[in-house]
Amino acid sequence: METVEEHILSTKELAIGYGAKVVAEHINFSLEAGTLCGIVGANGIGKSTLLRTLAGFQSKLGGRIDIKGKALEDHSPSEMAQKLSVVLTEPPASKNLTVQELIALGRQPYTNWLGSLTASDKEHINQSINAFLLNDLRNAKCHELSDGQLQRVLIARAMAQDTPLILLDEPTTHLDLYHKVQILKLLQQLAHESKKTIVFTTHEIDLAIQLCDKTLILDGVNNPFGAPCELIEQHHFERLFPSEMIQFDAKTGTFKVNK
Amino acid sequence: MSHPRSYRLSFVLISVALCLALVLNISSGSVSIPFSATLSGLMGKPLEVSSWEYILWDYRIPKALTALLVGGGLSLSGLLMQTLFRNPLAGPFVLGISSGASLGAALLLMGTSFISSFASLSFVGDVSLTIAASLGSFLVLAVVLTVAQRIRDTMALLVIGLMFGSITSALVSVLAYFTSAESLQRFIFWSFGSVGNLSTQQLSLLTGIVFLGVLLCILSIKALNAFLLGEHYAQSLGVSLKKSRWIIIIAAGLLAGGITAFAGPIVFIGLAVPHLTRQIFDTMEHRVLVPAVFLYGAILMLLCDTLAQLPNSVNVLPINAITSLVGAPVVIWLLVRKRKMIF
Repeated sequence: METVEEHILSTKELAIGYGAKVVAEHINFSLEAGTLCGIVGANGIGKSTLLRTLAGFQSKLGGRIDIKGKALEDHSPSEMAQKLSVVLTEPPASKNLTVQELIALGRQPYTNWLGSLTASDKEHINQSINAFLLNDLRNAKCHELSDGQLQRVLIARAMAQDTPLILLDEPTTHLDLYHKVQILKLLQQLAHESKKTIVFTTHEIDLAIQLCDKTLILDGVNNPFGAPCELIEQHHFERLFPSEMIQFDAKTGTFKVNK
Repeated sequence: MSHPRSYRLSFVLISVALCLALVLNISSGSVSIPFSATLSGLMGKPLEVSSWEYILWDYRIPKALTALLVGGGLSLSGLLMQTLFRNPLAGPFVLGISSGASLGAALLLMGTSFISSFASLSFVGDVSLTIAASLGSFLVLAVVLTVAQRIRDTMALLVIGLMFGSITSALVSVLAYFTSAESLQRFIFWSFGSVGNLSTQQLSLLTGIVFLGVLLCILSIKALNAFLLGEHYAQSLGVSLKKSRWIIIIAAGLLAGGITAFAGPIVFIGLAVPHLTRQIFDTMEHRVLVPAVFLYGAILMLLCDTLAQLPNSVNVLPINAITSLVGAPVVIWLLVRKRKMIF
């Protein structure tokens, strides 16, 4: 028997923006479990707006968003917290939390009114700490961490929240190439091994092409979506930036500056 | 947030310190009562001098209990505001909450005589004073919070809090200018701050308010921990932002407003105690901080009140002078030593 693969996240004719101002519309995509999806696009095109809309922080202007077949707005706050976790660009408000304390906060949707951790909660926390190579930093305060370490901690917290869907807003900014690749590799591993659906916005188009299963190119008009190689064949990346300045090389999947 | 138990020893120590501070506070005062007599009085034994018994039970013990509630409650209110505003410099006084309470109290104490000069002062009861001061603090807290949601810059928020303080004190001066001498005097004495002279009825009202504030605070512990990550993260963890924010505001407003109504605008305790507590309890976990901050605040207030008593002298210093002398250097020391107060 074949079962229809359930879509974890799907949008239909989604329009996003602020108040009356539409930033991008006609956004259509759907993602299955265990998919790593990158959202790319030029500055100011609405990548973060899209992510915040998907997370329910701001309301959509039209169309629909479904999480596991249920409309986003029909979820109660606690239902949402068990389906979707986020990693934002804003740093945690308190940098005085230890790594372990911060990751433990990811278990809040499952704990009692006082937030006491059960054995299973501690198990999840330890798994996240080990998966993101944070064992030595367990008791370090967040203000003592480097940018790359803090990013790993925040992703580990999202993993501890144990949701089928994880959204990340520009998880690789401020990092050097090595740490960018490290973070994206860890996300790929998390998606494939733990069957999480992971969506992130990024400016690292060449890395996204190499590592993502699916890519959404946000241009505010057509918003092509598909596997990176399909999008390359259909010449969608060429249209991303003005061609007199930057050329896309379809063979290598990278951008070249015109000399 | 995994080892709240490891602070057990610290909690034992701080509880012992609280008992010592209580006994010290009760045993000192303008009338010299031997320490042994104080102790046996506390045990419930009859004392050799009957006036001692009166002083102990009708004056010193209610005063000590008031100091305990005032110190603990104000400190807790400071902790709530620091977490809610994600700002280490937030506190009932800095954010203008105490000024709001002052305005409420001033409107009641002086405004009534200004509006209807024939109204007798006895009309102004304790309950109405509490309500007026609490309303004043809620008002300022709500306005500051509304502004805080528009302006993310924490420094701007503090400046706005200070400005609200200026506006309310300006209004208070206007009221003072037009009011009768007795009303003004009553207000001035109230604004010095004092934990003495509360009737049994007043003390039980204060206890009720602090109890309610602490209860709301305990119910908010999980949300407070989530707020440590910021509002968006808290929302993504399933915290209903509006509800939790209001519960925290009501708790902070009740504590700051209710206490200010009875004890006057007491400065620095709310700001300094959460930071002092973190020197011993090095955590951000509110399950540890809430009880620890309350106990620490109670101890500090009892000690400040003991100092204000000037042992064996009839003079009593305004408690505000003492809390400033203790609190302001603490804040400066924290800023200098830690470079910045990491919240």
